[in-house]
Amino acid sequence: MAGPGAGEPAMEDKRSFSDICGGRLALHRRYYSPSCLEFCLSCPRISLRSLTAVTCTVWLAAYGLFTLCENSMILSAAIFITLLGLLGYLHFVKIDHETLLIIDSLGIQMTSSYASGKESTTFIEMGKVKDVIINEAIYMQKVIYYLCILLKDPVEPHGISQVVPIFQSAKPRLDCLIEVYRSCQEILAHQKAASMSP
Amino acid sequence: MVLKAFFPTCCASADSGLLVGRWVPEQSSAVVLAVVHFPFIPVQVKELLAQVQQASQVGVAVLGTWCHRRQEPEESLGHFLEGLGTLFSHEPWLQLCRERGSKSWNCKATRRQGPAPLAPACEDQVMLIFYDQRKVLLSRLHPPAALPERQAGDATASAGGLAAVFDTVARSEVLFQSDRFDEGPVRLTHWQSEGVEASILVELAKRAAGPVCLLLACLLSLVSAASACRVFRPWPLSFIWSKLSTCEQLRHRLDQLTLVVSTHRAEGPAQLMRKANTLVSVLLDMALGLLLLSWLHRKDRFAHLAEALVPVADRVAEELQHLLQWLMGAPAGLKMNRALDQVLGRFFLYHIHLWISYIHLMSPFIEHILWHLGLSACLGLTVALSILSDIISLLTFHIYCFYVYGARLYCLKIHGLSSLWRLFRGKKWNVLRQRVDSCSYDLDQLFIGTLLFTILIFLLPTTALYYLVFTLLRLLVVTVQGLVHLLVDLINSLPLYSLGLRLCRPYRLAAGVKFRVLEHEAGRPLRLLMQINPLPFSHVVRTYRLPSCGCHPKHSWGSLCRKLFFGELIYPWRQRGDKQD
Repeated sequence: MAGPGAGEPAMEDKRSFSDICGGRLALHRRYYSPSCLEFCLSCPRISLRSLTAVTCTVWLAAYGLFTLCENSMILSAAIFITLLGLLGYLHFVKIDHETLLIIDSLGIQMTSSYASGKESTTFIEMGKVKDVIINEAIYMQKVIYYLCILLKDPVEPHGISQVVPIFQSAKPRLDCLIEVYRSCQEILAHQKAASMSP
Repeated sequence: MVLKAFFPTCCASADSGLLVGRWVPEQSSAVVLAVVHFPFIPVQVKELLAQVQQASQVGVAVLGTWCHRRQEPEESLGHFLEGLGTLFSHEPWLQLCRERGSKSWNCKATRRQGPAPLAPACEDQVMLIFYDQRKVLLSRLHPPAALPERQAGDATASAGGLAAVFDTVARSEVLFQSDRFDEGPVRLTHWQSEGVEASILVELAKRAAGPVCLLLACLLSLVSAASACRVFRPWPLSFIWSKLSTCEQLRHRLDQLTLVVSTHRAEGPAQLMRKANTLVSVLLDMALGLLLLSWLHRKDRFAHLAEALVPVADRVAEELQHLLQWLMGAPAGLKMNRALDQVLGRFFLYHIHLWISYIHLMSPFIEHILWHLGLSACLGLTVALSILSDIISLLTFHIYCFYVYGARLYCLKIHGLSSLWRLFRGKKWNVLRQRVDSCSYDLDQLFIGTLLFTILIFLLPTTALYYLVFTLLRLLVVTVQGLVHLLVDLINSLPLYSLGLRLCRPYRLAAGVKFRVLEHEAGRPLRLLMQINPLPFSHVVRTYRLPSCGCHPKHSWGSLCRKLFFGELIYPWRQRGDKQD
């Protein structure tokens, strides 16, 4: 790909990180222009082992019920439930990759793509964004770091009305977050400098 | 700040010309609405823009030039385009350029640094954002959190750049009224330039709607006048009408229909949606009601129902009698106070006897009554369900009576017990100060008080058991009625038109926008595609819910338990305009 000048960052690069549970994540960074950046974080795929385990459990339970009740409807119902459950899981629960698109002077867009291809997008205008920070949280028995966007309060100029976390399903570790944080802050600094000057 | 140029996708293949649109200085964005083609007379273009500005209150102006060419520009074209910049002065002057057949675009935005016409110009960076003009025109943006203290108009102005874009396109409809077949002086390209969109059915419906609405409005006013004058005067009838849920439902439907056929134009898009939702809901209701009616008539089900009704009522009465016999014995191994048990048991048994006689008296007329009530199903499924709920209340009236007797007795007992307990401890309730004060009683007062207290406390298990049994029965009946009411409520308040719109035309109800970065080459401006992010279904239901009868339980679980414990009567399904009992 024809690169820009010597001092500018690469157009596209891919690195691998790990999430808080130890799964492999791939961070794909696309640099379109000094004012537009896209981060794509791919979550670990659904593992064959867990899928087989769940299916076997459900079918064994159904077979156990069948031997008690002698009703073959239970077996067909079990197959139906497994299929529906798998489809529902792929469409509503399993996230394939999460994307963060920052466009200077326009806003920040977060997209979650599910395993079935469904995409759910949220766009926050730059006028509402106060800052992007890394925050700590207590999650079950761990203390984890997460990246979040702070939104301005329309009533109070220095207040914060909402905290929007990013990469909620991927849950990357601090090293990955620092990468994303640095790039976001560069663009936000750009934006603040531009809004300060008339 | 980077200059954002919102460019309609329909103009991407148009011939060269002038860009016409609105400049929003706060967000440094230029919203291009149309392209004016060569040849044109500048005076006529300015006249057209002034007309549009007056009609739509949108500051439409010439923003720059658009060039769609084959190869590298000729010198003359370049000078000509720059010359146009002096004719239609606008800060900043936008110059968009595209090579025919390729995806490479060129954008330049020049701004003069000083007031003098020969001052040096500086260039801004430009970002191109493509948008589908038709979808943005037709869609309605729903702000994420409705702030209660702001008005709708205020929110549009302060909500940010994207709401301004939507607003600009929506209000400039008058600019899109001319297409290329018009003989006007100025030739435009926009989303309707290939021909103004219209539908024959919609036009016919609009023409027919006027007289039909007038006729229906007259009929409905006659109906409401008739219902208001005759029936509500005498007191017993007005009390019965207020208790029946059928009347409530009919009144609700009458109100809704009056709203739909009213000849006033809808004030805003929210009113329009409400009218459409109400109409679709009423039509669906009637369709379901007719379906139910045809199903009931098919296999002569009315006769079956009428035959089954009296034995069912008999069966219920018999079961109640068994229950009372069980209570009069040793229920669940508990030992009751014999005398009180017998008194209460006989009292309730006599009531059941009266009830059975009443049912047997009514039995010859049941089929006719049912048939006539069934006809009302053609008014709607909700009316049929309300009638069902009323029939259930009438058939279980004896359970209601028993519950009231049991509750009153228990309540009296509890109040007596609490007052005598205070006496036992040497205190009394001060009505003036609303608190418990100490008091010195005489010996005979204390003696009688303690005696009564002992009697009441030993009779408590019997009364409590009767109260418990009848309260459970009553709660069962109330639960069944509640489910029926819930179904009626659902049919009444579900916004079906909005859900259908969200399913078939998702761009009409927008929660926001989403951007996609198009193919990017180094050195070229950034190109984005702006698409509409539709509102999720749950938000659609929440925003466009129709107001229902309001038959929601008014108590929280805590207060309900408290009332049950103290024996106060509960009316979980309070309806509008009910009198306190």
